[in-house]
Amino acid sequence: MSDRDHPGEEHAHEDDRPLSGPALRAKALESLLVEKGLVDPKALDELIDTYETKVGPRNGARIVARAWVDPEYRRRLLEDATAAIAEFGFVGRQGEDMVVLEDTPKVRNLVVCTLCSCYPWPVLGLPPVWYKSAPYRARAVIDPRGVLKELGEEPPEDIEVRVWDSTAELRYLVLPERPAGTEGWSEEQLAEIVTRDSMIGVMQVKIPERGER
Amino acid sequence: MNGIHDMGGMHGLGPVEIEKGEPVFHSDWEARVLALQLACNSLGKWNIDMARYARERIPPAEYLAATYYEKWLRGLEMLLVEQGLVTEKELEAGRAGSKAVGAVALRVSEVAPYLRNRRHARLDDDVPPKFEPGDRVLTHNNHSFGHTRLPRYARGRRGVIDRDHGVFIFADTHAMTRDKKPQHCYSVRFTARELWGSGASARDSVYLDLWDDHLDATPD
Repeated sequence: MSDRDHPGEEHAHEDDRPLSGPALRAKALESLLVEKGLVDPKALDELIDTYETKVGPRNGARIVARAWVDPEYRRRLLEDATAAIAEFGFVGRQGEDMVVLEDTPKVRNLVVCTLCSCYPWPVLGLPPVWYKSAPYRARAVIDPRGVLKELGEEPPEDIEVRVWDSTAELRYLVLPERPAGTEGWSEEQLAEIVTRDSMIGVMQVKIPERGER
Repeated sequence: MNGIHDMGGMHGLGPVEIEKGEPVFHSDWEARVLALQLACNSLGKWNIDMARYARERIPPAEYLAATYYEKWLRGLEMLLVEQGLVTEKELEAGRAGSKAVGAVALRVSEVAPYLRNRRHARLDDDVPPKFEPGDRVLTHNNHSFGHTRLPRYARGRRGVIDRDHGVFIFADTHAMTRDKKPQHCYSVRFTARELWGSGASARDSVYLDLWDDHLDATPD
């Protein structure tokens, strides 16, 4: 949060260095649009605050944890993800039509957007840089096992890997497998260990080592 | 269009690197660009498919060199000029020649409802589906200059309808002429071998969301 704590303040001079490149162009465009009456800087602050502090992968983690402890919720989630996710109030832009993909001991799911950066904002927030990067967009479809191996978790040969390229307005959330050793955990405890990357499908959920969190 | 944005299957772009503890924005201007894009979307002068098509028209070398929000900034400038909200001259000068007419800025109090509202990519139109789950289909091999959500790597390929998502706006025409052309959108399953050849895993598959206009029935 270092340089992003003061959304209402003058943005251009926060770190006392002259702006250059895109920062300068963004500033110039904002000034122009404000002068034209097309944007209200206060609304921009509010938009930024929403995605910086209110919407993020903790939302998705709550969905996953609920599905792990409540079989009836899990059934609803897999049948009509949009409605089941809306039960938590997670709705809107880039999550209008949701699909949840269930990992099993035999199937791993992986989500990508090869053409741009489609991502389920209401449950995961804004996408991380790696998800939007050329290497991931290029490789997830042609070499998903290679990508998973590089990230540390190559699936065994007898596991089926399904890659979901988000080419329309459906948005995908992976329901990862609940790790062994979490029997008896509360929903809140479980939500704590569900990571963003597990809900995109590039990592599995693990119980963190002591001191790792 | 056969643009650089259509990256699925390209080689040589390097490893996937996950940044630990990544912030939502890496600098202040990135946040401003995201907010500018969303605030300008709310003016209603373009749709999301037109916004994607703008970014796809960034020249390939520039596209590859740009960071994510640099691409958004470039795309937004293109849309503002093309839709007549800002002139090239104003953009160069950084000064408004005149106030905008016929567009009202998003206000603070409207942000939350705006973000929660559905954009209605899904339509209520009563259009019969051309296919049902289990049907075998062949994707079109169409290389148009316009916007399409059928990537190169899946053109002219055989797949199976996995599920019918219902009736949606057809992005390909919506980006070019604003024609919603309501039709069914399906999840279509392709085996990894159909897409990538015999070297690919026999177990794996890739699912794409495609519309009726991308698909033909295959003769068995």
